[in-house]
Amino acid sequence: MTALAICGGRLVDPAAGVDAQKDVLLKDGRVVEIAGTGKLKHSDGAEVLDATGLVVAPGLIDIHVHLREPGQAYKETIATGTAAAAAGGFSSVAAMPNTTPVNDSPEITRWMQAPERGAQVRVFPIAAATRGSKGEALSDYAALKSAGAVAVTDDGRPILKDGMMRESLAAAARVGLTVIQHAEDTRMTQFANGSASMNLGPVSFKLGLRGMPTEAETSIVERDIRLVAELREAHPHLHVAHISTAGALAAVRQARRNGLRVTCEVTPHHFLLTEEHVGLYNTHAKMNPPLRSAADRDAMIEGILDGVVDAIATDHAPHAMHEKEIEFELAPNGIIGLETALGLSLRWLHREWRMPLGRVLSLLSAQPAALLGLKGRGTLTVGSFADVVVFDPKVEWTYRATESQSKAKNTPFDGWSMQGKVRWTVSEGKIAFASA
Amino acid sequence: MNPTAPAVRRALTTPPAPASPFPYNPGSLLSVLDLTVDGVSRLLQRATELENEDPIIRDHILAKRRIALLFYESSTRTRTSFELAAKALGADTTLVSNLSSSIEKGESLKDTGLTLRALGAEAIILRHNSSGAAWLLEEATRLPVINAGDGMHEHPTQALLDLRTILAHLRPGVGEVGPETLAGVTVAIVGDILHSRVARSNMLLLPRLGARVLLCGPKELLPEQAARSGPGIEIERDFEAALAQSQAVMMLRIQAERLAGLQLDLDEYKASYQLTGQLLAAHAPTAVVMHPGPIIRGMEITAGVADGVQSAILEQVTNGLAIRMAVMERALATETAAPASAAADSSVGRQNGGRA
Repeated sequence: MTALAICGGRLVDPAAGVDAQKDVLLKDGRVVEIAGTGKLKHSDGAEVLDATGLVVAPGLIDIHVHLREPGQAYKETIATGTAAAAAGGFSSVAAMPNTTPVNDSPEITRWMQAPERGAQVRVFPIAAATRGSKGEALSDYAALKSAGAVAVTDDGRPILKDGMMRESLAAAARVGLTVIQHAEDTRMTQFANGSASMNLGPVSFKLGLRGMPTEAETSIVERDIRLVAELREAHPHLHVAHISTAGALAAVRQARRNGLRVTCEVTPHHFLLTEEHVGLYNTHAKMNPPLRSAADRDAMIEGILDGVVDAIATDHAPHAMHEKEIEFELAPNGIIGLETALGLSLRWLHREWRMPLGRVLSLLSAQPAALLGLKGRGTLTVGSFADVVVFDPKVEWTYRATESQSKAKNTPFDGWSMQGKVRWTVSEGKIAFASA
Repeated sequence: MNPTAPAVRRALTTPPAPASPFPYNPGSLLSVLDLTVDGVSRLLQRATELENEDPIIRDHILAKRRIALLFYESSTRTRTSFELAAKALGADTTLVSNLSSSIEKGESLKDTGLTLRALGAEAIILRHNSSGAAWLLEEATRLPVINAGDGMHEHPTQALLDLRTILAHLRPGVGEVGPETLAGVTVAIVGDILHSRVARSNMLLLPRLGARVLLCGPKELLPEQAARSGPGIEIERDFEAALAQSQAVMMLRIQAERLAGLQLDLDEYKASYQLTGQLLAAHAPTAVVMHPGPIIRGMEITAGVADGVQSAILEQVTNGLAIRMAVMERALATETAAPASAAADSSVGRQNGGRA
């Protein structure tokens, strides 16, 4: 494998406490040298990427994506989803198990990581917490972990039963895996004749849509935290996926104060948009958890700024065009997000709300790596994986869904202004994306 | 807001909600909010003119224009009313229902709409069981779409005919209407507000003409959020108190088909919210009694009240004809033919107004 020298840029590596002009040398999939500008000693023969005026940072890590393979390749494939990831600056993604069939086995876990899938960046499978994600019997965590799974979840649905969640936390703790919970008490959101399709409140009433109460999320998060406290001796790790309510975030905050290992992620759409963005039945604003009230959205921003939020994750959820061009109540949940996460985070968290660049990048790399235990990722110290994003922090550009690398175009951010343009994404020493 | 949420440290600028691109077609009537008060006034006046017009002359107003009625739900009043109104103006109508069309084979609403447009439909009247369906159809076809009821959301022509009925009783002889026309009038809407598109359209329309809307019903069928739908809307859970304040009382059917898991004691409901002759005589002896139909005699209203002297239920039905003539004339009055390519643009970036 050829060596890559990224020269002339500003290295921002929050995990290592670095923010300085540095050149980075990558070889054999690893970082082999870091030196002041022009001072690399071992760069002979390396391909040089001129990063003058650009930021060089650890490749971004999205711990919540749906790549739709196996089984739903018409929505997305591992190849197209990871191409979108690379275009968005992500060098690693963690893929959710709600595929067809559900990824509850070492075989599927391995299949997803096989070279034949054509992944452009590293794919870390997250396996189903229960067989078929049916919530009735645990899957084999030890076998899944040795096949490469980095966490377990029944994402798309919750692990609803108290006993099953307790078993899952205990079993995951034994093998050192994280349990990721999709916190939704479906008894409050799903009915015999269909599911609620947006946040419950004045807007849902006005639109004549059945609403999902915030309690459906907070009650599950609170229940899970109680279970983590009961199992304290076993040191379980609970991670709350796509947290969206002020109440659930407050519960996570309190659990952390109590010394429990509870982490959470927020999506860009939940820190930027509210239920008002549903407008007049825009299915690109339909997701689960739904867009919430302005008060909840403000709490997400506050949680990011004050540090209780551990990661920004996209919940990249591709759907075919025709699936979203139907009645709002019937349309599937979810939006794509891999190519807009960095641009929106820089535009809003950094530029508008003055979050230091290093902290924004940490939420997109170092912290997600740490919470899933991805060793050698999320930092660019010597010996780390050669996962790098190089971007121009000054460029403002307009996102066009039609130009997305994803198979899907379902996004509410079409036409939005983004800050920071990805120049190169390097995944394990290979250039996975280069912009023109 | 959850009391446990920390106060935001500073006022933050956040992305604005996108401006609505609807209606795409000026002839559409998707929501009562698509109409200005002046627009409401013109429709009401036109309804009266058309009602009084010589049928032979009226027959030429929309002669040979093609109007499609697309019905995904059963309907007696609304469907017949639209059909007769269209025919009274000379239009050709065709009825497509979900039970006898390719919809049964899985054809989408978008494709059904595009097919009707390709067959020459110049306007589509849509009744659909899903809230928001009329917006989807309008975006896909760019034709004038008249919302004849979408799920639990809106039924604008019903609100207009209800307004016409209220005016006939409480403001007889009024021609033009404005923001103060119904000042001092309280209209009670009673019963299953949660599932009612009639209630939503009325509560958004009547206050704009000065009326006060009083919503009345049990918590299960009338959530507190309802009062926050717009100005001039209040909640009064006590039926007798609501009756005592009202000059018009609109009774609603319990929509058993939409209850889904809601446990409701019907005997208790009748005891609290059924409109009986006794209650009417005691608390609202001069109020106009209305009901959008279908009525379930003996449930929300007794037979005696439905057939009684205060009942305007059949007048409402008759008013529907006049209102729908005016609405369809409006739909086809403007230059409406959208280029076929316009709809194709809608496939990406729906409601793309939210540029940050």
